[in-house]
Amino acid sequence: MFKILQKSIGAGIVTTAYPGAPAQISNHFRGRPSFDFEKWKDARTGAEVCPTGAISLGGNGDVRTVTVDYGLCVFCGLCAEASPDQAVRITQDFELATAERMNLVLTVEYTLNADGTHRQLRAVNRGFRNAGEDVENVGRKAREKIHKLLGRSLSIREVDAGSCNGCEVEIVALNNPIYDIERFGIHFVASPRHADMLLVTGPVTRNMELALLKTYRAMPEPKVVVAVGACGISGGIFGENYASLGGVDKVLPVDVYIPGCPPRPQALLHGILLAVGRLPERPYHEHAG
Amino acid sequence: MTEAMFPLVEALQRKFGCQVQSMHAGREDEIYLVARDPDVRAIAEYLTDECDARLVTVFAEDRRSAEGVFFNYYVFERRGDTQYLMVRVPAPEGGLEFTSLSAKLPAVNWQEREIQDWFGLKAIGHPNPRKVALHDNWPDVHPLCKDFPIDTVLPPFEGERHLYRPALGEGVFQVPVGPVHAGIIEPGHFSFAVAGEPILYLQLRMFYTHKGTEKLFEKLPIHRAVFLAESISGDSSFSHGAAFCQAIERAARIEVPLTALVMRTILLELERICNHVGDIGAIANDVGFVVANAHASRLKETLFELNERLTGNRLLRGMVCPGGVRRIWNDGQLDLLRGTIDAFAVEFRDLIALVHSSESTQDRLERTGILRPEKAKDLGIVGVAGRASGIDLDVRRDHPYAAYRTYSFRVPVYQAGDVWHRMQVRIDEVNESLGIIRTAADHSLRGEFRAPVPAIPPDRCALSAVEGWRGEIIHWIRTGPDNHLERCKIKDPSLNNWPAVVEAVQGNIIADFPVINKSFNLSYSGTDR
Ligand code: SF4
Repeated sequence: MFKILQKSIGAGIVTTAYPGAPAQISNHFRGRPSFDFEKWKDARTGAEVCPTGAISLGGNGDVRTVTVDYGLCVFCGLCAEASPDQAVRITQDFELATAERMNLVLTVEYTLNADGTHRQLRAVNRGFRNAGEDVENVGRKAREKIHKLLGRSLSIREVDAGSCNGCEVEIVALNNPIYDIERFGIHFVASPRHADMLLVTGPVTRNMELALLKTYRAMPEPKVVVAVGACGISGGIFGENYASLGGVDKVLPVDVYIPGCPPRPQALLHGILLAVGRLPERPYHEHAG
Repeated sequence: MTEAMFPLVEALQRKFGCQVQSMHAGREDEIYLVARDPDVRAIAEYLTDECDARLVTVFAEDRRSAEGVFFNYYVFERRGDTQYLMVRVPAPEGGLEFTSLSAKLPAVNWQEREIQDWFGLKAIGHPNPRKVALHDNWPDVHPLCKDFPIDTVLPPFEGERHLYRPALGEGVFQVPVGPVHAGIIEPGHFSFAVAGEPILYLQLRMFYTHKGTEKLFEKLPIHRAVFLAESISGDSSFSHGAAFCQAIERAARIEVPLTALVMRTILLELERICNHVGDIGAIANDVGFVVANAHASRLKETLFELNERLTGNRLLRGMVCPGGVRRIWNDGQLDLLRGTIDAFAVEFRDLIALVHSSESTQDRLERTGILRPEKAKDLGIVGVAGRASGIDLDVRRDHPYAAYRTYSFRVPVYQAGDVWHRMQVRIDEVNESLGIIRTAADHSLRGEFRAPVPAIPPDRCALSAVEGWRGEIIHWIRTGPDNHLERCKIKDPSLNNWPAVVEAVQGNIIADFPVINKSFNLSYSGTDR
């Protein structure tokens, strides 16, 4: 007994101050890639290397549409490596959770030079900044209701609907002494009947669809659904195929999306607190222009 | 190829001369033997019984358009030989079947059934030929056949659900659990037959997380497929990523710079330590030693932070690439590595002292969930679970890759096969891994760290093996045109080891199931793919 006490006192308090204070994150961490669309000479190199199709190209003639979808991004950093002019940079942003799927999508239009490089920026849709207020409000209402009803306590039922288990590794980490999610009155519970929030990972597989639906139906109202990770948002690298239905919103109404591959514990914390109206969304700090 | 190098092949040729159609070496440690006779039993039995070889994995390939038939591959290895022997067997002309080995070698039970489901080849003589990888209610499709498009949209499932063996007898109950479990873990269905508290038997239903991974490998260009490999099993991202890149490098016939090999070795060992320390805590937690788990998970977190500073990702993703690694470490990172490992070693020693000082913990874990060595051998158990039950296998030592040839380390093996010893294997391995990392970090990690990878011609085959923290990971590829793969076979150690869980829980009380299951800690996603 004495040994146990000694060990624990020796270790001291290790819990992080986040979100009360900014997260201390190494500058090696690969967070959101940020795009200087004015400067980006050629999106083709990015689209070519991007493993999940988070950067995709469209358009015709001398117009190119470039779509960047943070809901598909696995934060590999290849697009930045392929852009030596620094038009694409990897930032340490991780608070990407949002109530609106479209907030994660940026679209840009370019006119082109004869060799296919970009000549001029025509139009930009910056996801977050253009998000319609109305849509925002609907989501917020459900969340505020939960907040009102439950005050500061929240019970979460986690369901792996087909993930690689990477997201679970980080969700489990929320319970360690560093992130200690219970200090927010948040508990992971064993039964959906006790849960207010369904935290879902993975592309939803055909084999898990029914179990996911049943779990959702077993939860009392009001309830929120949070989709975790690139796979939970969009199917990620697995996408849609004979065995995978894609993102969680193919099967259930999703209230909050948390990007990442996997999202780090602070990102999960941000998303979970956002879903119950205890933290705001954080707009991206884009390059000027 | 000198025959003296391949004693197994020599023996086979002597015995089965006319049945051996041809033989060639992909590399010096990878020999292909093409058999004429679709019935592989005689060869397999000779190899396993008389040559003391082990059947590593079995998989199929749809070669109908190129060679007119399906082929099965049987991969063998033997202690003391660094080679893998691949016996390639055609399906009989026009026949959609192969000879099952499961009755004799229960280790391939699931793998043969997987071939049935994915290729539509019937395993003749299989003792339990039911569906495994595609659930019973799937329509009659075989997704790994070349004429099955990956994006096929299947109709809603209406077929029969899976029927479990009924639990009969007075006072015998069936306890179904899952696929959604109480904790934060992956989905799978367990059906326990219990008589009072003790478990009579356990039936498993896996493949809930089957997401078409092997098929998807045939669709993605190689440079994207690396990220798919990292997503086969999240806690083994680096091991699977490295196994995949190794296969590509072998097919491309390129040498990886030493600096990259050493860095990979360090990262592979970091992955092992992270998971082992987490499991040690979780096992203690499952028998009520919560404080030990708090310290273990705190230690694991320090390693995750190190991972991030070394690779940009807490799970070590986005670092390995075909040809080497994507970035080299600066002095600051190397100092951090050494410092963190030293500090970790001290804390880990304290943690283990704490765990060992708790008699109640030892009492609960000893003689719980026993897997006997004979059973482990029959079932083909690998990795941590195997080594706790007398199976002396370790890919790092037996088929060295990365820079393992350079380092000496001990492979812990115990005979008791209980939860306590599965934990002890992990403890010993962490200490060995710390030693490997310390020595490796003293290498001068400078210069080239990424060899260019040329375009790979089609039809190159390569086998790659890695000792992930759970055990033996196998990737086998055949290249196709235009930077794509024709086939990518993935074998996670979990696929071998699930039958060990079934075996180990028998006779234990159902309340001990969580800790027994935890002591194996198998990957559902790695199994289901
Ligand atoms: S960082 Fe995201 S957008 Fe960039 S290449 Fe990787 S997955 Fe694509």
